[in-house]
Amino acid sequence: MTKGPRDKRLTIDQVVATLEDGITLGIGGWGPRRKPMALVRAILRSDLKDLTLVSWGGADVGLLVRAGKVKKLVYAFVSLDSVPLEPNFQKARQDGMIPEVVELDEGMFQTGLLAASQRLPFLPMRAGLGSDVLVNNPWLKTVTSPYDDGQELVAVPALELDVALVHMNRADKHGNATYLGPDPYFDDLFCMAAERAYVSCEQIVDTAGLTVEAPVQRLLLSRMMVDGVVETPNGAHFTTCTPDYERDEPFQRAYALAAGGSDEEWAAFEQRFLSGDEAAYQAAVLALHDEHRAEENQ
Amino acid sequence: MSPTRADVCAAAIADAFADDGELFASPMGLLPMLGVRLCRLTQNPDLVISDGESLFLASPPPLFAKGDVVEGWIPFRRVFDVVAYGKRHVMMGATQIDRHGNQNISAIGDFARPKRQLLGSRGAPGNTVNNRTSYWVPNHSPRTFVEKVDVVSGVGPQRAKAAGRAASRYNDIHRIVTNLAVFDVRGPGDTLRLLSAHPGVTLDQVREASGCDLHVDGDGAIPQSRLPTAEELVLINEMLDPKGLRFKEVPE
Repeated sequence: MTKGPRDKRLTIDQVVATLEDGITLGIGGWGPRRKPMALVRAILRSDLKDLTLVSWGGADVGLLVRAGKVKKLVYAFVSLDSVPLEPNFQKARQDGMIPEVVELDEGMFQTGLLAASQRLPFLPMRAGLGSDVLVNNPWLKTVTSPYDDGQELVAVPALELDVALVHMNRADKHGNATYLGPDPYFDDLFCMAAERAYVSCEQIVDTAGLTVEAPVQRLLLSRMMVDGVVETPNGAHFTTCTPDYERDEPFQRAYALAAGGSDEEWAAFEQRFLSGDEAAYQAAVLALHDEHRAEENQ
Repeated sequence: MSPTRADVCAAAIADAFADDGELFASPMGLLPMLGVRLCRLTQNPDLVISDGESLFLASPPPLFAKGDVVEGWIPFRRVFDVVAYGKRHVMMGATQIDRHGNQNISAIGDFARPKRQLLGSRGAPGNTVNNRTSYWVPNHSPRTFVEKVDVVSGVGPQRAKAAGRAASRYNDIHRIVTNLAVFDVRGPGDTLRLLSAHPGVTLDQVREASGCDLHVDGDGAIPQSRLPTAEELVLINEMLDPKGLRFKEVPE
């Protein structure tokens, strides 16, 4: 019998069981787009604490900071797009609930992940010069070009991650994975910047199936970058997972309303949607859709 | 069709991109998107425009409609490449802008414990030291035009110069278009300079709506922002924004 690459399929809970207090966690996607939300929800249910979170942020950041899971947040923005300001993130910042914040330029993020993925201590770039990114992060250093130009540039430090979590449209059981939407975001960089990377996906298919729906150029992740694969249908909800589904705007509105409302309103939202497991969450989302439909039909 | 204030703003934004040549025009927000598409259809047909997501569009569709012909791929990672490459002109929003053309979209109050947390600095620090940057302020007021921004996200020319040649070399704060007026940052010591006030707006009104000094060239008589042409009005009303979405941002 011939041998094949190993089977890396895990459950959501098995992925979260590998995580430890205090780790640096990178979350892929972009703002309210293709976020590994099923894994984020599982972290919310866990006892994990003191996380350092690295994310081009959306509700992943909002949920984790509101739950007090985050000791240090590295971000360039946190936004839900159609709701520009993330209410949970706003509240957490304004109430001083995030002990340490590192606000970077969004391009510095890519450079920092690239440095980590290449095992370099830093990479130079212009972004940050003259701005308060350098004032509010006095530990960020500049570097002088050793060549004749002698320019002073920002030495963007490597954003080294302990664990990366990303969500893709399709993967095989070995960790090869493809995106079917318009943008790869930076999920390959997250995986390569991390000691360990876990991929959630809409569907696990045969390896041959990965190139049936999409050209080979869309195979963003190779299994050598991936430590575990978990199938989580609708697992990016309520962010986009184009073309499998778009953002659930009515749900996002309900989320933003509760997050920006009183403590009681947020507690009610948590109770309704976030107190059970992933199956319970998906059932509660369907129930909300039914309610909205019933209201429209009245 | 008599031009509305929103139409005047769209024409002023279009003018900001008129001399750019063939580069990626990157508007953030509704009026900037309208103005850039207007410019692409009239004054600068070489502009490269996107759907605001990941596609370069061969021709400008109406606001929030899909384009029918795609001419390129511009996912976020390639946006960063183009920022560093430099062939880009971005028009961003600004929650605060100061006399020296610094912009804040990060936080209001003390950064360590903000009174109001905003978006975060997004790409403003990188944009302003890499490619041409303009700002759109739909609510010109003493709260948006301030003496000193609480957090410097976008870097004005004076700070760029102070940060050295790498920062100043490509720093190019081009235009600040508001619901009242148009500015650049070529006043004395790299400060805000009033270029024109929109029809019906007086210099005193602009000054009253600003929480910082504004430089005015010459004898203090300021030009009026131009009215949109008949062609521009047709394009705005019948093609780009037939639903009048622009009036949500700049009411009639």
